[in-house]
Amino acid sequence: MPDVARYVTDEKGRVTNVIYPSGIEIKECYGPEDLEAIGFDYEKDLGRPGAFPFTRNNFAGGYRSREWTTRQYAGFGTPKETNERWLMLLSAGQTGLNVAFDLPTQMGLDSDDPRAAGEVGRVGMAIDSLRDFEIAFNGIDMHKVGTGLTINAVASIMMAMYEAVAEKYGFDTSKISCTPQNDIIKEVLGRGAWLYDLDAAVKLIGDTIEYAVTAQPRTYPTSVCGYHIRESGATPAQEMAYAFLIANSYIDEVAKRGYDPNLFAGRISYNLNIYGNLWEQVAKFRAGRKVWATNLREKYGIEKDKDLMLKGLFAGGGSGLMKAEPENNIMRGAFYGLAAALSGAQSTALCSFDEAYSIPTPRSALLSLRTLQIIMEEVGLRDTVDPLAGSYFIETITKQMEEKIWAEMAEIEDRGGMVESVKDGYVGRKLARQAFEWEMGIERGELIKVGVNKYVTAQEEDVELHEYNEEWQTSQIANLKEVRRERDDKLVAEKLKALEGAATEGKNVMPYLKECCLAYCTVGEMSDVFLDVFGPYQEPNVI
Amino acid sequence: MSKDRIKVVVAKPGLDGHDRGAKVVAIALKEAGMEVIYTGLHQSVDAIVKAAIQEDADVLGLSVMTGGHLHIAEEVMDMLKEEGATDILVAMGGVIPSRDVPKLREIGVRGVFPGGTPIDEAVAWMQANVN
Repeated sequence: MPDVARYVTDEKGRVTNVIYPSGIEIKECYGPEDLEAIGFDYEKDLGRPGAFPFTRNNFAGGYRSREWTTRQYAGFGTPKETNERWLMLLSAGQTGLNVAFDLPTQMGLDSDDPRAAGEVGRVGMAIDSLRDFEIAFNGIDMHKVGTGLTINAVASIMMAMYEAVAEKYGFDTSKISCTPQNDIIKEVLGRGAWLYDLDAAVKLIGDTIEYAVTAQPRTYPTSVCGYHIRESGATPAQEMAYAFLIANSYIDEVAKRGYDPNLFAGRISYNLNIYGNLWEQVAKFRAGRKVWATNLREKYGIEKDKDLMLKGLFAGGGSGLMKAEPENNIMRGAFYGLAAALSGAQSTALCSFDEAYSIPTPRSALLSLRTLQIIMEEVGLRDTVDPLAGSYFIETITKQMEEKIWAEMAEIEDRGGMVESVKDGYVGRKLARQAFEWEMGIERGELIKVGVNKYVTAQEEDVELHEYNEEWQTSQIANLKEVRRERDDKLVAEKLKALEGAATEGKNVMPYLKECCLAYCTVGEMSDVFLDVFGPYQEPNVI
Repeated sequence: MSKDRIKVVVAKPGLDGHDRGAKVVAIALKEAGMEVIYTGLHQSVDAIVKAAIQEDADVLGLSVMTGGHLHIAEEVMDMLKEEGATDILVAMGGVIPSRDVPKLREIGVRGVFPGGTPIDEAVAWMQANVN
């Protein structure tokens, strides 16, 4: 949400001040005196790329040593349609997968549940049982291709199912890599696909992290999403601060079970947002890498360099894209991709230009991928690592951004921490208010979006739309019925009972979930066990 | 029916949790002096319609982002008819392609506000249409 800078002008229209959404005020000109004023120290503040505090990049060679991973978010219809779209994207040079699930799956409902009617396969792929993963991952080399599983409340189930399908297809499960989104705290703040009591849900995330240490060492069991927090109204500084605090909550959950954070903290990854002012974004990621590495080292005693890096998907945000004159979003996407490259993003993706209308068509999804490839292959973003380093301006605002992030973290910690501040609605209220104020800023013309509130033309939209096919629901339900008919009912009941026992006794549920998946228990059946044992989450009123 | 304050129930029917739009509109309506009840997430059509009736709402505002707006609008209107509560004005916002706007009006949704509509327009519409 908080997107572009606020430009203050005098009566002659001359810009007298520029204020970034995070609250940093920009000067007309920067020089060596600014670096002196902030006490800039090359070794302490930047260091070499690939070394602590990683401000410049996680890797010494930047994109010379490794190109970024492009990971367009894709999935719709039944597993068959999704499998076809994935194979198309992979053959077009995409290097990882990022799975979109439909809402019933995200909400732990089977496709034949009456509450799922009209939503099966609509905004993502429908998954009811292991049978569906078998179809979706058919022909995918699970040793080579890593997979983002964009799901939260039932992420533990999907992570177990991913391992189960790899095992079925004969892959060595210690060599597979998935990144379930698996961040329930952000889900409460934005996006809203929560199910179970928050404390129990945090415990489930602890289970996935604990399990991954031994069973899926190449998996990143949680991808903490500043992305959605920003979409819900956070400033860039809050986006980073809240994401770091959420990650700390998950680390604490596993550490209290007696594990040394050095065993798992390096497996936490992030999903962070890019839109708005280019320079603020670059400063945010450079400062963010430093804050995260410092937090891990000072708070948790993390030692190895590779565990101190801020890893993850830095992706172009949907909120920056506008419905008016949709083709303008193609240009916005290119600039967000540029910001990602200048920030040293390891993995990236862009929202497609038509997403204010519907989920992307194959053409618009490919256009997003091509945008990223052009940035990396043609424009020169691969040439040298951290090309903006040393700029008086960039180094000054990077330092200021770092201070803002620490301050936002301290504010929440001082009032009892992230989980408490989410439960009592404090953070939710703040974000809703900021989102409202942002919207008003646009409507009053104080914040400029081209074609929306400046240079507006009355233009009819002409967008080719992805069409939802009612047939997908029918065929998905038919497939589910077949699975229910063919599976061993006694085994299903036995495995669900064992899962219930584990959940009730507070054991790690992951091995039990995998057994359930292999017995073709459905997502709805497994989720209902959790709902019964843990109880539902109660949403605080934030309006 | 004449009241001092317009009463609006803002709801998100169905499974989708993208509620920034609903919250922003709820705050804007409040700021405009209306009484606003936000039902929260994951509400069934049944629960939403009952809440609107129970609260004696003038307006029922629905936010739908998933593309399921036609399906949901039909359900809501049918249920309002069943309950004899067609005096409640229904408005809808969200990801709504313009080709669906006339269809929604035909179903009985009086106010349609696709993403990108200025909030003031929605506020003014309510002020003009609730008497």
